[in-house]
Formats: sequence, C-alpha cells, structure tokens
Amino acid sequence: MTTSEPYVLNIGPQHPSTHGVFRIRVVMDGEKIQDIDMIVGYLHRSMEKLAEERTYTQNIPFTDRADYLAAMSGNLGLCLAAERLAAVEVPDRASHLRVIFAELQRIASHAMANGTLVSDAGAWQTPLLYMFREREKILDLFEMTCGARLTTNYMRIGGVAFEPPPEFWPALGELVDELPERIDEYAQLVQENEIFVARTRNVGIISPEDAINGSLVGPALRGSGVPWDLRKTEPYCGYDNFEFEVPVGTVGDVYDRFMVRLEETRQSTRIIQQAIDSISDGPHKTDVPLALRPEPGEVYGRVEGPRGELGFYLVSDGSPAPYRFHIRAPSLINLSLLRDMARGATLSDAVVTLGSIDIVVGEIDR
Amino acid sequence: MPNGPNQLQSKIVADALNSAIPGIIKNITDDYVEVEVQQLEECLRWLRDSEEFDAAQLSNLCGIDYHDYFMVVYHLQSLDLNHQIVIKVRTQDHSDPTIPSAVPVYKGALLQERETYDLMGIKFENHPDMRRLFLWDGFPGHPLRKDFLGIGNGRTSGLNRFPFENESDPVRVINQDNRVDDDNSQESPSSWGGA
Repeated sequence: MTTSEPYVLNIGPQHPSTHGVFRIRVVMDGEKIQDIDMIVGYLHRSMEKLAEERTYTQNIPFTDRADYLAAMSGNLGLCLAAERLAAVEVPDRASHLRVIFAELQRIASHAMANGTLVSDAGAWQTPLLYMFREREKILDLFEMTCGARLTTNYMRIGGVAFEPPPEFWPALGELVDELPERIDEYAQLVQENEIFVARTRNVGIISPEDAINGSLVGPALRGSGVPWDLRKTEPYCGYDNFEFEVPVGTVGDVYDRFMVRLEETRQSTRIIQQAIDSISDGPHKTDVPLALRPEPGEVYGRVEGPRGELGFYLVSDGSPAPYRFHIRAPSLINLSLLRDMARGATLSDAVVTLGSIDIVVGEIDR
Repeated sequence: MPNGPNQLQSKIVADALNSAIPGIIKNITDDYVEVEVQQLEECLRWLRDSEEFDAAQLSNLCGIDYHDYFMVVYHLQSLDLNHQIVIKVRTQDHSDPTIPSAVPVYKGALLQERETYDLMGIKFENHPDMRRLFLWDGFPGHPLRKDFLGIGNGRTSGLNRFPFENESDPVRVINQDNRVDDDNSQESPSSWGGA
C-alpha cells in the first residue's frame, strides 16, 4: 500500500503568478493545498518612517511608488487627507481634473488586473496585450500632462501641479469615445470563453460576511455582493454630482470579481465623460505654503482606489513634517483571507484566486 | 476640527459604551474615544454586535509612538449605517508594550497587527500568528519607533529645517547642523565604528 505525505512548495519571490516580488510557501498534500504562508517585504522601503522627516508635499512621490499601478489614486488620497488636516480649499476645476485622472487611472489599473488574471487562467499574454492597448493611451495622456507615465506625482495639496496641455483634450475625447466599444471587445474575448469560465466560476468564493469581517475592500468586497464604494458612501471631489453605478457580484467568485472590474471601467468612462462636460474654467490649484504646518491633530482620509479603500492616517504635531504617516494599503489587507481561501483548493485555483484579489506588491510592502 | 465626514460624535459612542461596559472609557476627544486596554476586545466585540453601532468592518489599525507610551488606533466602519467610529488604546509600557489582539473579533486585523508588531514593536496577545511581516526575524529593533536610529544629542536624521524658513536670513538651510567643518574633517566619523 502506498502512502502520501505533505510536501512544501515554494512559489516566488519572482514568479509570473505572484505579480511582483511576492513569495508564497505552500504545504501541499498531493494536488490540494494544506497550508499557505506568504512571505513579503522584498520591496519594503520603510516609507512611513521616511515620511516622518519630509513635508507633506515631499511625501507625495512616495504614494506613486507604493501602488505603482495607481499612482494618481495614491496622490489623490494623500492630498485629500492633508487638505482636510490643514483646512485647504480646492478649486472646482482642480477637483474635476482630479476626477478625470483618478478614473483614467482606475481604467488603466483594472486593465492590468484583468489582463494578468486572464493570463493566470491560462490565456498566455494575448488578452493581456489587448487590454494594454487602451492602457498605453491612458499612460500617454499622463505623459503629456505631467511627463511621467507611472510615477506621476501630479497632484498637489490644494489642486494639481499642471494644467493639461491643449492637445490633451482632443486625445482624451477620442479615447472616451472609443472606450465603450473596446471594453465590449474585451468582454467578448473572455466572458464567454469556455475555458476562462470553467477556471473562474465557483472558484475562490468569499461570502459577504467573511469579506466584511476580513476587511476586504474594493472589487474584492463588491464581487461578494456588498455595494460599498467610497465614491458613493463618502463622496469626495464632487463624486456625488456624477451619475454612475456600483456594480456588484452575486456569487463572490473569481469570475464575479473579474466582471465587477470590467463593469467599473465602463462606469469610469461615464464619469470621465460627465467630468469633461462639466469642467469649468478657473485656477487649477490654490497656493499653499511649501512647508505646510497643519494644526496639531489627526485625520484619516481615504479614497476609493482601484484596489479599494486607500487610507492615509496622518498625525500632525504642528511641524511641517507629519508626526505619523500611515498608509492603509488595500493590497495587503485584502490578503487577510488568503489562507482561508487557499486551504483545500488546488494550486491552479489558488493562483487564479490570488490574481483576482489584484495585489500590487509595492503597496503591500511600502 | 478634522473629523471624518461620517464619523460619529465621540460623546455618543462613549456614553453608549460606558453604559454597556461600565468603567471602560479613559478619555474622550473630538477625534476619538480612548478605552481601557484590558477591555479592548470586549469593546470591539460589543461595537461590532450592537445594532446601534454595527461596526462590521475594521478599516484601519495602526500604532503611534508618543515616546513614553504607544497609542493604537482602530477605525471601525459600519457598512449598513455608513458611519465611522474611532477607538484608541494606550499601552502601559514603552519598552515591551502588549495589548489584546483584535483578530478574534475582526479577521481583517490579522496582517495589520503583524505589520504593527514588525515596525512598531507592539505585541498583540492571542494573535494566532504573531511574527514579523516585512523584516526578517533577526532584524534589530522596530523601525517606526521614534528612538530607532537616533543620532544622539537630540538630533534626528533627515531634514531638521526647511528651506526659506528663516525670513530674516532667507538662505537655504538644509542640514546646517550636519555640515562638517574643514578644520576637523575626517574620512569617516568615529561614531560610525569604521576604520
């Protein structure tokens, strides 16, 4: 009679399915996962410590490098928190520009998330590159506005750094016009693909109760059917003036999280169109002192980033540098349920589940 | 008053907590409610299960070093009632701080408490997996503590002052204190312990 015994399988730190420098140690019993342990920190740069010695404005570039696939959302989160701490007013035009860039960033980030998820499910690279087509155009828009494609450092406390150049607006209009058609094309490409559906339906199911208790946020929470979106529940930048819907899943599996992201890109396109239509002339920022000294106090500012609630907890002691600077990183906290989800699953399902959570390792490690 | 847009008034939370668990409140400010550290788990459980507060989700957990003690802050969120509750606890000790873990109440505290332990050195009792998260096991110290890597003489590394701050003498004064005079310059300061 033959017997089997568990063995340890190491995945990463460099592995295509870990989406960065992320390592998992898996205890396998045959095909099934018995236990999983994540080993992170390969990208740890101690941003929170460094931030305590820099001014609020000097800290904005750190947010680019935390979630490097959604730099605009990070910029926005820090700026909103610091503005609330220091009671800075933002002009209307700046808020509109922020909405346009944050939503463009969401589309670019979701394209990346969904593209790599489809790659994980076995459709090697082709759908990923389809989804990169529009992402490239978005990054071109970023580049013509602020000179950088990923680490944008575009937003400032009190507004945004630059007015977009004249050629930005026609290029943006063209992109927004063609986006709905392109998104339909992505959906057709994978949505009814038998292999993709078989790999993702009823895989990695998270119940709404577990999702809430496990502090899941963003598409991971909404995929489980909880309609929680900070743009609706705690509107900032005038999101309450825009019409859009919050897509939710029904089962809470990988497929639902994929579809929530896909649908959110459609909604983001709607928001951008409304922002373009309603943007007014005026200043793009208010002048704020270089060494901003907020009153002693604390603030927890948060935005709905592509990966969910991106929070900035700032404590001021009245000096130009924050006394405490904490980033609530959705990528890290969404992994709280990783062990529960992976236990008992096969390795191939665990890889797809991890892909559907959409982690960015720069944000996990900070 | 920089409260969150949907943050509940501290007084409402504190009154309800006090009548449910007598003697739990330590301090109230506009920003937060401070509770006794022994009753933290009970407090979080009560807020989660109470119909009035329905603090279903722990959105954020982090520690703050105040030199003599640590504060740990919990941002709780009700998804149905859409309000936020901010709870803080103070650790007794600065050298070996220990507080109860929130994991039995909120699974979402699992990695956040490991991060706080790793970087701030606050131990969480009853945490199922109290290990370092980012740094390796042999790492000396906890970097987010304010006394980590102090240079001495009350100075810290980095920018002590900011440019153009002194209006009477508007020159850039970055790290003036750390400038090495030519007279007693040396290859490397003896405090570095090198050759």
